[in-house]
Amino acid sequence: MANLSPGDKAVPFELPGVDDRRHALEDYADKEAVAVVFTCNHCPYARAWEDRLVEIQAHYAARGVQLVAISANDVKKYPDDSFPRMKERSEKKGFNFPYLYDESQEVARAYEAERTPEIFLFDKGGTLRYHGTVDDNYEDPAAVKAHYLREALEAVLAGRDPSTAETTPVGCTIKWK
Amino acid sequence: MRVSFLYYEDCPSYDLALERLREVMDEEGVPGGEVEVIKVETEEQARELRFVGSPTIRVDGQDIDPPSGSRYALTCRAYRLADGRISPLPSKDMMQRALRSPAKSQPG
Repeated sequence: MANLSPGDKAVPFELPGVDDRRHALEDYADKEAVAVVFTCNHCPYARAWEDRLVEIQAHYAARGVQLVAISANDVKKYPDDSFPRMKERSEKKGFNFPYLYDESQEVARAYEAERTPEIFLFDKGGTLRYHGTVDDNYEDPAAVKAHYLREALEAVLAGRDPSTAETTPVGCTIKWK
Repeated sequence: MRVSFLYYEDCPSYDLALERLREVMDEEGVPGGEVEVIKVETEEQARELRFVGSPTIRVDGQDIDPPSGSRYALTCRAYRLADGRISPLPSKDMMQRALRSPAKSQPG
């Protein structure tokens, strides 16, 4: 289980991004909502959902939503998740959000994230409002019935509690060192 | 016909893939209909079994979607669907093709 539950405060972090800049969570303090997404290159679940994350960022950017993706996998065992490969993936897929490398795995451990992808959605005050998966169908975006992240974003932006505040993350396990 | 299903427990969809495989075998009227289910638990076992990721399905020893690389590891497997999307599950089409003409697949 993740270390954070809905209602808990975000754990601050500062990590290098594929844009060769360092990104801190507090850099996005002016945003209406920040979704921290633990993900990676190699996992087919992460890859199945990544286009949808790009779409969500594009759709909600004007409303003050920021996605921040973090890869924390052990790159010795999974070289496809190395920082250079992250840069390639971000460019190839047109990531419109920061893609950060948690080499020490300290951030993933602080959040006790378990899967890729796994989402922690915080409101403007840094309170966790939704934790879990993107939606209910990794295989077919056209067959999604429950858009958990989008519904949580709509709720947070409207100042409401999401009707579903937690779901079970579905994906590969984070590859610990 | 010998059908093998190899999986790594950390990949959450193996049960769905196995269910799909059994459905397709029923639909295709595969003689016997038995699936040899193999749980891959160690990196050494992954190398021995030439396991490139979970789930891996072989028909008479041939991978239903022959992998391009040969990196054997405890990992989840990405399948490229006919429309180009990536999925953690092989499609029914892949299974059907392999069951109908196993000799056309490549060693996995």
